[in-house]
Amino acid sequence: MIPISWYLLLSAALFCLGVVGFLVKRNLITVFMSIELMLNGVNLSFVAFAHQWHLVKGQIFVFFVMVVAAAEAAVGLAIIIAVFRARSTLAVDRIDLMKL
Amino acid sequence: MNGLLHLWLVPLLPFAGFLINGVLGRRLPKSLVTAVSLLFPLASFLVVLGNAPGMFGANSKPLVEVLEQPWIQAGSVYVDFSFVLDHLSLVMLLIVTGVGFLIHIYSAGYMADDPGYARYFSYLNLFLFFMTTLVLAGNVLLMFVGWEGVGLASYLLIGFWFQKSSAANAGMKAFVVNRIGDFGFLIGIFLFLSEFHSLTFGAVAYQLSSQPELQGGIITVIALCLLVGATGKSAQLPLYVWLPDAMEGPTPVSALIHAATMVTAGVYMIARTHFIFDRSPFALTVVAIIGAATAFFAATIGLVQTDIKRVLAYSTVSQLGYMFLGCGVAAYSAAIFHLMTHAFFKALLFLAAGSVIHGIGGEQDMRRMGGLKRYMPVTYWTMTIAVLAIAGFPPLAAFFSKDAILNAAFMQGGLGKIFWFVGLVTALLTSFYMFRLWYLTFQGERHEHALEEHGAAVHARHDTKLTLEADHAHEPHESPWSMLGPLVILAILSIIGGWIGAGRFGAFLAPSVGTRSAEAASNTVEIVLTGLAVLVAALGWFIADRMYRARPGSADQLARSMSGPYNLLVNKYWVDELYQAVIVKPLLLTSRFVLNYVVDVAILGGAAWLLGAIASFSGAILQRWQSGNLRSYAAWLAAAAAVVLIYVLWIHSPSTLPIFNHGAGQ
Repeated sequence: MIPISWYLLLSAALFCLGVVGFLVKRNLITVFMSIELMLNGVNLSFVAFAHQWHLVKGQIFVFFVMVVAAAEAAVGLAIIIAVFRARSTLAVDRIDLMKL
Repeated sequence: MNGLLHLWLVPLLPFAGFLINGVLGRRLPKSLVTAVSLLFPLASFLVVLGNAPGMFGANSKPLVEVLEQPWIQAGSVYVDFSFVLDHLSLVMLLIVTGVGFLIHIYSAGYMADDPGYARYFSYLNLFLFFMTTLVLAGNVLLMFVGWEGVGLASYLLIGFWFQKSSAANAGMKAFVVNRIGDFGFLIGIFLFLSEFHSLTFGAVAYQLSSQPELQGGIITVIALCLLVGATGKSAQLPLYVWLPDAMEGPTPVSALIHAATMVTAGVYMIARTHFIFDRSPFALTVVAIIGAATAFFAATIGLVQTDIKRVLAYSTVSQLGYMFLGCGVAAYSAAIFHLMTHAFFKALLFLAAGSVIHGIGGEQDMRRMGGLKRYMPVTYWTMTIAVLAIAGFPPLAAFFSKDAILNAAFMQGGLGKIFWFVGLVTALLTSFYMFRLWYLTFQGERHEHALEEHGAAVHARHDTKLTLEADHAHEPHESPWSMLGPLVILAILSIIGGWIGAGRFGAFLAPSVGTRSAEAASNTVEIVLTGLAVLVAALGWFIADRMYRARPGSADQLARSMSGPYNLLVNKYWVDELYQAVIVKPLLLTSRFVLNYVVDVAILGGAAWLLGAIASFSGAILQRWQSGNLRSYAAWLAAAAAVVLIYVLWIHSPSTLPIFNHGAGQ
C-alpha cells in the first residue's frame, strides 16, 4: 500500500506549483489556471485523508470544492473576458487601477 | 395619619411653572405668564399648609415620604429620593413658599415693564423648586442637589440683566465663591458616607444616638467641612464677598434669594445636621466665632455704605452671623426663630427699598433720596416697621429672636459672654445703620441733585439704570398695590412674627433639633439682658437721630475727622482687593503661564503632536507596501501562510508531527 505521506507530498507539490504559477505568470488566464491547480492540490489531500481514515466526509468536501471551482471558473472567465474587452490586454502588471 | 402626603408636589409645582414659563413664556400673553408664575407657588404653599396641621399634635412624628425606586445603588451605597416633613422643614417650607409667594406677587408689579418678564418668573419658580427640594431632602445628597440648584437659580437671577457687565460679573463671582464652599460640603458628604455608611439624616441621627461615646475626631472634621459649605451659601466670613455684589440682581430677587431664603440654607443645614455638631464642641465654637465675627464685621461695613441695597446686603450678612452665633451656642431653635423673623423683616426691607427705587426711577444712592415720606406713605410706614423690627424694639419680631440668641450666648458662659458682648455691640451698630438709612431715605428734604458735582459718571450709571429698571416720570410716586400688598402683609408678619415666643418655638422644634440642657436664666438676669438689648437699640436710634436729623452734615464732619477708619470701612476693609491680590491674581497668572504654556501647549499639545507624527511617519514607510500590484499581495499572503505553517508544525510543537509519523509507520 502506498503510504499517505506520498499522496500528501504530491498534494503539496501541486499546491506549491499553483502558488508559484500564480505569482510568476503574467497572463491572467494562466494565473487562473494556477488557482485551479491549488484547489486540486487541496482536493487530493482531502481524498487521501478520507481514504486513510475511512471517512466519507473528506470526499463530500471535495465535491463542494469542485462545485465552487466550477462556479469560480464561470465568473472568473466572464471577468477575464470583460477585462480583455476593456483593456485589450491580459497582462496582470497592466491591470493596476487599484494602485495609488 | 401617615397617609398620602404628596410632598413631592411641593417642589414639582414650581418646577411645572418653570417649564411652562421657560419654554412657552415668550409666546404666551403676559397675563397668562403672571397667572402661571403665581398660581404654582400658591398651590405649593397650599400643599404645605394642608400638611401643616399634622405637625402641631402633642407627639407628632416626622413624616417621611420615600419614592419606591432607588436613586443610586452601588455596592453598599444606597440613596433614594426621600422627602421629610418634620417640624424644622415645616417652618422652613412655610417661609420659603409663603414669603416666596408674596415676593412673586410683588415681582409682578416690580418687573411689569421688563422685556424678560417670563424669563424672570421662570427662574424664580426654578428657585422655589430647588429650595423646597433642599428643605424637604431626607438625605445629604438630595440636599446637595437642592443646594447646587439654588446656587444656579441665584446665578441666573443675579445676572438677570446680563447686558450690564457688572451684573454678569456679580453672578459669576457668586457662583465661583459658592463653589469653594460647595467643595467643602462635598468633602463633608464623602466623609459622612465613609463614616456612617448612610446619607439619610434620620438613620445617622439614630446611629449616633446609640453611640454616645463618639465625640470629636472625624466628627469634628465632618462638621467643619459642612461648615465650609454653610459659610459659602450663607455668606459668612471668609466667603461673604459675593452677597453684596449679588445686589446687582432685581430687588425682589435680593429679597427672596439673598435675604429671606437661600442664604439661610447654611443655617438650616447646620440645624438639620445638628446631631453632628452636637458631638463636636470644637466645631460649634468655630461656628459661633465665625458667626459673631461676621455679624460685627459686616455691621461695621454697613455703617458707611451709601447704596441702599448694599446697606441691606451687609445687614443680611450681619444677621446671618447672628444665626450662626445661635447655632454655635447650640441654640438651634433660637437660630431658626431668628431665621424666620429675619425672613419677614428683611424681605420687607428689601421690598420697601425696591419700592423706593422703583418710585424714583432707578436711583439707589441714599444721598440722592430724602424726604420720600410725603410721596410714598405706605412704603414709608412699612419700612418704618421693618426698621424698628430689625433694630430690636419690642414688641416687634427681631426683639424676641435676637434676644433669644443673645440670651443663649450669655448663658453658655465663658466664651459665650464674649459672643454676647459682640452681639450686643452689633445690635447697636445695626440699629444705627438702619435708622441712618431711614433718615436719609424718608426724612429731611429731597436731595435729588445733591451729587450733581459728581458729574457725568453718576449720570451715566443713572441712565443705564433708568432704562433697565422701570422708566418713570421724575416725580417720586407710590408703587402699585401689587407691590404694596406684600409689603403690608410682611409688615404685619414683622410685627407679630415674634409673639409666639422663643420658648414655645423651641418646644415646637424640639423633636427636630433637640432641646438644650443649658441652665435656664434667672428672671433678673433675663430682664437685665433684655433691657440692655433694648437700651442699645434705642442708643443706636439716638445717635442716628443726632447725626442725620438734628445736625445734618455732622456725619460728613465725623468722616473727615476720622478719615483713616472711615476709608477702611468705605472700602470694605479692602477684602475684595486682598482676595484679588492673594487668590485671583496668582491663580490667573498660574493658569495663564504655567497651565497654558507648560501644561497645555507643551505637554498636552506636544503629546498630541507626537502621536500624529508617529502615525504619519509610520504611514510614510508602510505605504510602500501598498504597491497595488496584486501579485505582490498574493506573495505576501503566501509567505505569511508559510510562516504560520512553519510555526505550527515545527516551532509550536516540534516533537509531534503525527501525520508523517503515522505515514512512516505504515
